[in-house]
Amino acid sequence: MSEYLVNIQNLKLSFFTPAGEVKALNDVTIQMKQGDVLGIVGESGSGKSVTAYSLMGLVPEPGRIISGSIEFDGHPMHTMTEKELRQIRGNEISIIFQDPMTSLNPVFTVGNQIEEVILLHTDKNRKQARERAEELLNLVGINEPRKRLRQYPHELSGGMRQRVMIAIALACEPKLLIADEPTTALDVTIQAQILELMNDLKEKIGMSIIMITHDLGVVASMCEKIAVMYAGKIVEYGTADEIFYNPHHEYTKGLLLSIPKLTATDHEKLIPIEGTPVDMLMPPKGCPFAPRCNSCMKICLKEMPPYTDVNDDHYSACWLLQKQAYKMIKDGVAR
Amino acid sequence: MNQKQPFAINMNPDQKVPLSFHLNPEDFAPASDSEKLELVTMRESVSFWGDGIRRFRKNKLAMASLVVVIFMMFFAFVLPRFYPYNYAQQIRGSEALAPFEYSAPEQAAKDAGEKIFPHMLGTDTLGRDIMARVMMGSSVSILVGLVASTIILIIGSIYGAMAGYFGGWVDTIMMRLVDIIYTVPDILIIILLSVTLKHPLQALATKPGFAWINTVGVGLISIFIVFSLLYWVGMARIVRGQVLALKELEFVSAAKALGANHNRIIRKHLLTNCIGTLIVTTTLQIPSSIFTESFLSFLGLGVSAPMPSLGSLAATALDGIYSYPYRLFAPAFTISVIILAFNLLGDGLRDAFDPKLKN
Amino acid sequence: MAQYVVKRIALAVVTLIIVSTFTFFLMFLVPGGPFLAEKAPSAATLKALEEKYGLDQPIPIQYKNYMLRLLQGDLGTSLKQRGREVNNIIFTRLPVSAKIGGLAILLAVVVGVFLGSVAALNRGKTIDSVIIFFSTCGIAVPGFVVCTVLMYFLGAKLNLLPTFGLTSYKHYIMPVIALAFYPMSYISRLMRSCMLDVLGQDYMRTAKAKGLSQWKALFKHALRNAILPIVTYLGPLLAYTLTGSFIVEKIFTIPGLGNSFISSITGRDYPLIMGTTIFLAFLIITMNVVVDIIYKLVDPRIKLS
Repeated sequence: MSEYLVNIQNLKLSFFTPAGEVKALNDVTIQMKQGDVLGIVGESGSGKSVTAYSLMGLVPEPGRIISGSIEFDGHPMHTMTEKELRQIRGNEISIIFQDPMTSLNPVFTVGNQIEEVILLHTDKNRKQARERAEELLNLVGINEPRKRLRQYPHELSGGMRQRVMIAIALACEPKLLIADEPTTALDVTIQAQILELMNDLKEKIGMSIIMITHDLGVVASMCEKIAVMYAGKIVEYGTADEIFYNPHHEYTKGLLLSIPKLTATDHEKLIPIEGTPVDMLMPPKGCPFAPRCNSCMKICLKEMPPYTDVNDDHYSACWLLQKQAYKMIKDGVAR
Repeated sequence: MNQKQPFAINMNPDQKVPLSFHLNPEDFAPASDSEKLELVTMRESVSFWGDGIRRFRKNKLAMASLVVVIFMMFFAFVLPRFYPYNYAQQIRGSEALAPFEYSAPEQAAKDAGEKIFPHMLGTDTLGRDIMARVMMGSSVSILVGLVASTIILIIGSIYGAMAGYFGGWVDTIMMRLVDIIYTVPDILIIILLSVTLKHPLQALATKPGFAWINTVGVGLISIFIVFSLLYWVGMARIVRGQVLALKELEFVSAAKALGANHNRIIRKHLLTNCIGTLIVTTTLQIPSSIFTESFLSFLGLGVSAPMPSLGSLAATALDGIYSYPYRLFAPAFTISVIILAFNLLGDGLRDAFDPKLKN
Repeated sequence: MAQYVVKRIALAVVTLIIVSTFTFFLMFLVPGGPFLAEKAPSAATLKALEEKYGLDQPIPIQYKNYMLRLLQGDLGTSLKQRGREVNNIIFTRLPVSAKIGGLAILLAVVVGVFLGSVAALNRGKTIDSVIIFFSTCGIAVPGFVVCTVLMYFLGAKLNLLPTFGLTSYKHYIMPVIALAFYPMSYISRLMRSCMLDVLGQDYMRTAKAKGLSQWKALFKHALRNAILPIVTYLGPLLAYTLTGSFIVEKIFTIPGLGNSFISSITGRDYPLIMGTTIFLAFLIITMNVVVDIIYKLVDPRIKLS
């Protein structure tokens, strides 16, 4: 048994579209232990969702894994057959999607959709599955579960539907729960409720969670580790404290500056990150963030920055770190 | 010591870090904005029309159908002018010839060194050249399609634009009427009209100034009347939907603020902005009108003799299907090709110009 | 839902009133009045007939009587088949047409749904292109072309099937195929695009993430959603089948309602033409309402609104 529950090594993944190869993931490495809660942060198109889907073998067409490996609980997910993957999906790894409005099938009752996954992965009969479904709805804080089971998704509010999605995800007590922007499509007050529920469940069930979001506020409240992704690459990784209080990548700093703070005074303005993300069809050969970076250096345009440790549990891919290291080595300070 | 080197180069083998000592200090100099800009690859911005035409050209099927449509137009409208036989001309002695067969007098003339144009599809029992009739039939069918679509375009777009633009109770009443018309079985009404209008129209045709009715034919006029009464509702619904979305946009408020009147806003600003949809819907209306016309002509309710339409040609040929199958298959094949080509052309235009399907 | 049903029925009733009113006034355009053909009857007969049908009364009264007769289901008497009621003709002919039409609808829906799904699931592959090709041609070929081509090759050339009448099961094959051809092509195209749409939906991703097999996800989650829009096509499909039967029954000489309608047109049997038109319009409009209501019933999303 590997010491890691999730071990993604140097994953390269591309989408082969008619317009050309889109390099969605470029050398992504993620390691998680049992019980870890990891946040993956980045803007849309940065590859955070694709990373999660690749872990379940759910990369949509025309995506292909080019190189690297994905291990889950000792299973080599990247080499497993579809049939073997199905044993794991919904059972050992489950996922909550962004939009609860469209993620539930409109023509089946809520109960039917929860029971489906229970019947699929356990030996329970219909009656037991229904009892379990009721129990799950209770667990995710839905009142009158017996009545709700017979309702159709459109009869429930967005927050309720997301609770149903969570119930489906938890039905088989998975080892890993992937939450793909679980609150983005919801109202702010509902967002807080769902996050609170997830925090509760994390304590109660003790599973590992990967939280994918573009909202730093969401990860701050839940995650121990944070990976910041930009253009298919993890640009900075560290504990939540490190990322928030000691960010080293210019993109991470930019993200932090663009969050509104309650404590902000009148003359503290929000600073947006200028420009738009790179065209993934034609990625630049240097640092993908360079064109939008305020501290961009000549080297940044020429070469991809290497990962550099900031400390034990914190690394980042930025030439500024190398600059400091270089300077220190030159000055004879380091080593 | 527990303290780590703060900026040590990551030596974790998992992370594949190249040691970067080949670098020199200039590399760490700040990059200028222009250097940064060079990295950002700009995609060319393209206009709506340019983009649509480019996509249309790329669509091989659509281009092929355009070629076929142009060819059929040529076949139907240009070729008959140069063709030696007229559709109504009855050639004595040349009745019921097989394709490329010459009658005795023709053969004699030919042997005498005269140039006689062959009857490529033979002649019918009245001695009329079938090829000439198929050409004429095609032009009637295409004309019906074009005229009907134009009627539908005009009525439908104006009605739809008005309903969408004025909104409120005007819209409610106008669209309720559309709902009702939508459920009327159109083919039945066409049949009913062409049956009952026959006598009044024929009576009207005897009056001066209305002789054209006989040329066009009572059946065709009934078809056009029904198209203008019933068929425009689909177009009206589409245009109304577009206008509802468009009228909320700023440029309409701007035009209003500048004092443009309703008429001008509808024509200039709203209709021009849904022109892509109008073109696509009209193009797709053409084959459907041709379809309906051929159906009615086949039942004997379309054009009046001696004018042929592809449907009536097929109906006449039905009796001799075992002896002269080509008389039936020539118009049948032609009409299928015309409808198919217009359908594919419409599909191609939709893919190229309908913004909803963009990407 | 109840409100919707009421609204939908009200709309249908208005449409029916408009269609029958329209028919009523069209009858005055026919020479010799609504119940007569070109043949000029004697003055006495004319007067007797006028009295019998109330034609001597003012138009509003006539209109009232006409509508009342319609309400009682009285469609008048045939001109050519002396003394036979239009109702009687319709109801002896209808079962024949209904049998062929029903079989054609069944064939069109079953084969169309199947082909459309196969095409969508094999998007971009050869089988998809083949199905697209044939269904695109299928909606471009008028009914009479399909009929005559079938009749010429299967009937005359290969002598496999009988080409006229309706006396054995073999007689059904060609008319049913000919009638089903267009709607089948149309349904395959509709089904293909609906299926592709459904396959791209988030809930299909959810089904996969649950660990369902490809087939189970398709049969349970995709088919049920993709087939709903097909239900909305059933109304137009019925209208098509009825009018399509005019051609099919004429070509294959089938003693159905379509054939009798066509001969009533050629024979200028005005009461029969009007009666059949109103009857068919009634059938189509009613079926449209039924289909619309069924659609609302099978799609749980719309129940509340």
